[in-house]
Amino acid sequence: MTARVLRRVAIFVVSVLVASIVVFLFMAVLPGDPAQVALGVNATPELLAKTRAEFGIDRPLVTQYFDWIGGVLHGDFGRSYVTRDSIGPQLLDRLGVTLWLVGAGMLVALVIAVPAGTFAAVKHRKASGAGVSGLSQIGVAIPAFLAGIILVQIFAVQLRWLPSGGWTPPNQDAGEFVRGLILPALSLGLVQGAVLTRYVRSAVLDTLGQDYLRTARSKGLRPGQALVRHGLRNASVPVVTVLGLQLATLLIGAVVVERVFVLPGLGSMLLDAVASRDLLTVQGIVLVLVVGVLLVNFVVDVLYTVLDPRLRGS
Amino acid sequence: MKARIPVLAAALLLVVSGCSAGSSASVSAGPDTLSVGFTAEPANFDFTRTDGAAIPQALLYNVYEGLVKLDSQGKVVPLLAKSWTISPDRKTYDFQLQPGVKFSNGAPFTAEDVKFSLMRVKTDWTISIKSTMDVVDHVDAVAPDHARVVLSKPSNGWLFSLTSRLGAMFSPTGVADLAAKPVGTGPYVVAARKRGDSVVLKANPAYWGRKPAYTTVVLKYIKDPTALNNALYSNGIDVISAITAPDSIPQFQADDRFQVVQGTSNSEVTLAMNNARAPLNDVRVRQALTYAIDRKALLDTAWAGRGTLIGSMVPPTDPWYEDLANVYPFDPAKAKALLTEAGATNLNLRMRIPNLPYAVSAAQVVQSQLADVGVRTTIEPLDFPAVWLKQVFTDHDYDLSIIQHVEARDITTFGKPKYYWGYDSKRVQQLLAEADSGTPEQQVADMKQVARQLNTDAAADWLFLFPNVIVAKAKVGGFVQNQVSESFDLTGLAPR
Repeated sequence: MTARVLRRVAIFVVSVLVASIVVFLFMAVLPGDPAQVALGVNATPELLAKTRAEFGIDRPLVTQYFDWIGGVLHGDFGRSYVTRDSIGPQLLDRLGVTLWLVGAGMLVALVIAVPAGTFAAVKHRKASGAGVSGLSQIGVAIPAFLAGIILVQIFAVQLRWLPSGGWTPPNQDAGEFVRGLILPALSLGLVQGAVLTRYVRSAVLDTLGQDYLRTARSKGLRPGQALVRHGLRNASVPVVTVLGLQLATLLIGAVVVERVFVLPGLGSMLLDAVASRDLLTVQGIVLVLVVGVLLVNFVVDVLYTVLDPRLRGS
Repeated sequence: MKARIPVLAAALLLVVSGCSAGSSASVSAGPDTLSVGFTAEPANFDFTRTDGAAIPQALLYNVYEGLVKLDSQGKVVPLLAKSWTISPDRKTYDFQLQPGVKFSNGAPFTAEDVKFSLMRVKTDWTISIKSTMDVVDHVDAVAPDHARVVLSKPSNGWLFSLTSRLGAMFSPTGVADLAAKPVGTGPYVVAARKRGDSVVLKANPAYWGRKPAYTTVVLKYIKDPTALNNALYSNGIDVISAITAPDSIPQFQADDRFQVVQGTSNSEVTLAMNNARAPLNDVRVRQALTYAIDRKALLDTAWAGRGTLIGSMVPPTDPWYEDLANVYPFDPAKAKALLTEAGATNLNLRMRIPNLPYAVSAAQVVQSQLADVGVRTTIEPLDFPAVWLKQVFTDHDYDLSIIQHVEARDITTFGKPKYYWGYDSKRVQQLLAEADSGTPEQQVADMKQVARQLNTDAAADWLFLFPNVIVAKAKVGGFVQNQVSESFDLTGLAPR
C-alpha cells in the first residue's frame, strides 16, 4: 500500500510540474500585451517599453518561467500587473470563497443523490423509482448557470426571500453568509446531485444483485438493514470515483456560478484577470485550480484502498 | 433515514423564511446607507499610476477634490477654489482657495498643496494623460489661500483638465500609499474594501462643505448586467449607476418602486474608418458609407432607441455643440452614386470590433445596411481590451471599427495624425491649436469649425451618443443627470 501511495505522490508532483509549464506557455501565446492593457489608449511606445520592463515580460520566456515557478515554490505568486498587489494573499482569500461554494454544492449534491439514488434503486421496478430516475435525467440536462438564473428569478427577484448575489464572510454575519450561499450552492448542487443520483442508483442496483446481500437477508436482516450494513460500502467505490470527477466539474462550474451570483471567488478573479491580461494572476489561479483537481484525484485514488481492501495488495 | 430528509428540508426552509421576514434589506441597512451598483471595479485606488475609468468614477469629487469641478451641464464651477482670475495674456491663473479645508488625515489644505499636487503630476504620475499638465511652467504659493499657476503658453484645455483626476488635490503627508489609502479633502473617505465585491465610503466628519445626506455609501461591483438588475430588484442595491442592458429599462419604468433618470454622456459610439488606407482614404467613399447608414434605425436596434444622434465628435454638453445629425441623411441612392464616382465598386471591408454587446449589435446593422449599397463587410469581434487595443488601436490594422470614445472633449484626437483614425488635416490641427490658446469665445468658434470640418470630411461616422441611464429606487434623489465628468458624483444624493 505504501508503494502505491508513493507512486501516486510521484505522479501528482510530475503532473503539477507539467501543468505549470503548460499553463505558462498558454499565457505566453495568448494575444494581447499586458503592458498595453495596463496603460490603456494613451500609451506611448516609451511608456510601453518601460512598463514591459517593469513587469519583466521583456525577458526570455525560460527566465520568466523559472522566476515564476521558483517564486511559487516559496509561496510567492508575484505581483499583479493590474493591482500591483502581491497575488498570493488575494488567491488565498478568493480560494476560501470558492471552497465554501464547492463544499456547499457538494453537500447539496450528496444530500440529494444518496437518498434519491438508493430509493430509485430499491424501487426500480415501481413507478416511484422510475419517477426519481426520470427527474434526475432532467436535472442532468440543466447547466448550472441556467439553474442559477432560474433560482434568482424565483427566490430573489419575485419572492425576495434570498439575495440575488453578493458575499458576506461567515465571521462577519453568519446568517447573511448562509442566506447568500443557499442559491449558488443549490444551482451548483442540484445539477451535480442529479448526475450523482444516477450513479448511486446503478451502484446500489449492482450491489443489490450480489450473493452476499442475499446471504445477509437469509441471516434474517431486513432489506434496508442488509443494504446499509453490507451494501453501501461496496456501492460507494464507483460513487467515490464519480464524486472525484464531479469535484473537478464543480470547481469549473463555480467559475460560472460566481459570475452569476457576484461572488468574489477564484472564478470571478480569473475572468477579470484574463480580460485585463493580468497574466501572472491568471497563471497563479489556473495553477491553483489544476493542483486542486489533481489533489482530488490523488485523494480519490488513496480512498479506493481505504474503501476496498482488495486493492491494497496491488 | 426517511424521517431525516423532511426535517432537513424544514430546517432549510426555516432559515430561508425566518431570515427574510426579519430583514428584507440586505445591504441597504439603514436610511443613512446607500448602495450603488457599478460594473467596473477599480484595480486599486491610485489613479496617478493606474489608468481606467473605475478609480476616478469612485473617488473623484467624492474622496478627492480639485480646485474646480464639472457640473451636469458641462460647465467648470468652483470647488476648492472659491474663485479665479486669468491674466490678459491667458497664461497666469490666480486661484482664491476655500478657507478651513482639511485633508482626511487632518493636514490643512493650503496653496502649498496646490503647488505640490500640480507639480507632482509631472514627476510622479505615470498614466499618459499626465502630458496635459506639461503646459504648467510653475506654481507659486502666494499666500496660504492664494495659489498662482503660470503656464508656458495659453491653454483653455488646461483649466478644463483640472476638473478631471489630473486636478485632484493631494497632501504631501497623504501620498505614501495611494493604492490602498487615499487621502483627500472630499466629503467621503474610503472605509473598507472587499476585492471583487465592494468599496465602502463613510462620510468625512471634518468635511469643509455641505455634509452628504448618506453617511455610508457602499459601491457594489457587479460585472454582469443581469446580475446588476437582479440586485436592484432583490434589494441588494439601491442604485444602478449606469444601465448597460437597455432592454431592461421599460421594465423598471413600469414598476413604481423604481425611477429611471436619463441624460447624455461624453461617449460617442463611433464607426471608425481607416482614413489612411485605401479605399477609405477617399473622402467620397467615407461619405458614401455615411449616407448608406440609417443611424436612427441603428440606434433603435442596437440600443433600444435610447441615445442621441450627433453627427460629429461633440456631445450636447460641450459649449461648441451644433446639431449636425442631419447633414448626411439616409440616402442609399446617393451612396451608390458616390461609390461609382469614386470607382469603389465591389468593396470588401474588414469591420474589426471589440467583443462588446453594443459594438456587436451595431456592427450587424451596419453590415446589413452597407450590403444594401453593395459594400460587403466581414465582422471580426476582437477580445477587448487586449486584442482590440493591440491590433486596431496600435497597429491600425482595420478598415472599419465600432467603439465608444468615452473621454471628455476627445474631438482633439482628430488633431493627431498618428491616432488610429489615420486622419491628417492641417486645417483641423491649426484650428485645434488656435482654440486652445484663444479666448473662450474664439475657442467656441474654432471648435465649431473643427466639428463641421470633420463632418464634411466624414472622418468617421458618429453613430450615436451613448445615453446615461441611472435606475434607482424611487426614494433616492439628487442624481447628476448628464455623465460628463469622470466622477460618479455622490455628493448631491439625498432621500426624496
